[in-house]
Amino acid sequence: MSASLETGEASATAMEIDGGLDVALGGTWQITAPRPSWTRLLGDRKPARVRVRVDDVTKWDTSLLLFLFEMREWSRATGVMCDTGALPEKIRMLLSQLLGSHESSVPFDRSVSFLASIGLATQDSWRKVREFSRFVGDFVISAAQFARSPHRFRWGDCISEMQQCGAMALPIVSLISFLVGVTLAYTGAIVLRQYGGDIFIADLIGLSMVREMGAVMTAVVLAGRTGAAFAATLGNMKANEEIDALETLGISAVHFLVLPRMLALLLMMPLLTLYANALGILGGMAVALGLLSISPTAYWIEMLTIVDLSDLFVGIIKGTTFGFIIGLAGCLRGLQSERSAVGVGQAATSAVVTAILLIIVADAIFAVVFNILGW
Amino acid sequence: MNSTTSTVPAIEVTNLICGYDGDTILENVSFTVRRGEIFFIIGGSGCGKSTLLRHMVGLNQPRGGTVKFFGHELGLNDAAARRERLRTFGMLFQSGALWSSLTVRQNVALPLEEYTSLSKREINEIATLKLAQVGLSGFEDHTPAEISGGMKKRAGLARALALDPEIVFFDEPSAGLDPVTSRKLDELVLQIRETFGTTIVVVSHELASIFSIADRVIMLERAAKGIIAEGPPRELALNSRDPRVSEFLRRSDTLV
Repeated sequence: MSASLETGEASATAMEIDGGLDVALGGTWQITAPRPSWTRLLGDRKPARVRVRVDDVTKWDTSLLLFLFEMREWSRATGVMCDTGALPEKIRMLLSQLLGSHESSVPFDRSVSFLASIGLATQDSWRKVREFSRFVGDFVISAAQFARSPHRFRWGDCISEMQQCGAMALPIVSLISFLVGVTLAYTGAIVLRQYGGDIFIADLIGLSMVREMGAVMTAVVLAGRTGAAFAATLGNMKANEEIDALETLGISAVHFLVLPRMLALLLMMPLLTLYANALGILGGMAVALGLLSISPTAYWIEMLTIVDLSDLFVGIIKGTTFGFIIGLAGCLRGLQSERSAVGVGQAATSAVVTAILLIIVADAIFAVVFNILGW
Repeated sequence: MNSTTSTVPAIEVTNLICGYDGDTILENVSFTVRRGEIFFIIGGSGCGKSTLLRHMVGLNQPRGGTVKFFGHELGLNDAAARRERLRTFGMLFQSGALWSSLTVRQNVALPLEEYTSLSKREINEIATLKLAQVGLSGFEDHTPAEISGGMKKRAGLARALALDPEIVFFDEPSAGLDPVTSRKLDELVLQIRETFGTTIVVVSHELASIFSIADRVIMLERAAKGIIAEGPPRELALNSRDPRVSEFLRRSDTLV
């Protein structure tokens, strides 16, 4: 009795002889074409032994091996003897390689125990704290060096960074602070109108822009724009061994790369903050004129009754501090970055997240401190 | 460049232990590099050649052991002494590691700006000269992105030579270069040694370079976590009984 399965050109024929099964393979076996399946060929027969021949196979590749592999696995599972003696040497060698690689490929276990993961996390945090302290220390040393010999500072780099983080940020800072002024004015108008206090819109906008929103909005924009750019640039330089090249020359990467960027940001942030204040006030003024029919002169005079230099000063202190945070987060994350494309991406993301988080935290601390100081 | 105490080796590495994070990659590595020698660190991929180099020049802190340059340690704590040592090194990185924001000339000029008080004009002239020595005349004002991989390596070499170093380190100089360009780089290495008597340490697995310019080599092996052979390359290829060494070096029979 014989059964045969033919799929395309590859064929497998089984013939029962004395309780054993004689399997004859033939045709062209190609991995891209369908191939006969051993289990279907076997059906519900239970032979005592299996013998396989490939005499009629004209062309074959890995698909033939897969079929033979399926057979061998079955024979191992059922304990039925599988006679591959009739196979050509080459096929038998490849088959044993396939069986060997199947046995030796143990899945790699990356899992760690709970305790080990706590230990690793602690080690990692400790390493981060040390890296951060080292970075801050290096930065202070560089700043001292700069104070001693400012002529050895890379002013060219600093000025081009100032251009990048200051002048080039003007359009986006303008748009955002103007719109923040407009939004605040609309929200304020709803409440103030109910009490007939339309004119106080000027106080609301003036105070909140100068003390709060000007600095915070500028910082958020610069964290996304400049902080990410710092991290990506330094991260990429690290991946390209450019930082190593500096180190082997005995040039401190912090002095050479971080200081010019930090200085640029520290000089530009207060200026951008002042600019954002002005644009926000202008936005409020436009709404006051259009919606509440308050003339710009009246708006300005009313605003000056409550906003004074100390408020402006508060905004500038905040802006400068936020600039420091953005620069530090961007440069630190860049220098810590891993030497790969993914590492650079993570560094940029992490720089923005760290900066924004610290900006909000610092802003809250400022609110408390200024309240105590009565500023 | 010449020192009176010429018996002191250029580099003396004693029981150096190298590794990153939790892994120890090399254990108890000891060897000396003589003055004016072209010394190769060879071995298969992943055996720790570049790791050894990074630990030697202080880019990574060794776990143990010492590295002495002309009898002095690099000194991790004394920043001024360390800077003084580093000034006598030049290093060519695998990718050239040119500072991408500077032009080729500015790249070569930077070490000079940092370590000398020469005028800008003089520095520019030296930079132009160094670039001419490596065959990059006419490309002084290109940025690294505008020149080819081989040119980047040569510009990196010009930068490494800017301060007339006593020791130049090469990390896989021929990686990513065609055979003709890497032969030219080999010739350049020989020429530097002839001209300045510079000690040269090369990390490489390129057999053609090893046989054509190396005076002595050490061979590292991953499983041994250290040196498995030391000596002139031809001698090792002919006489070594270690199958790992002979297999590595004799692959080149057709080339030599």
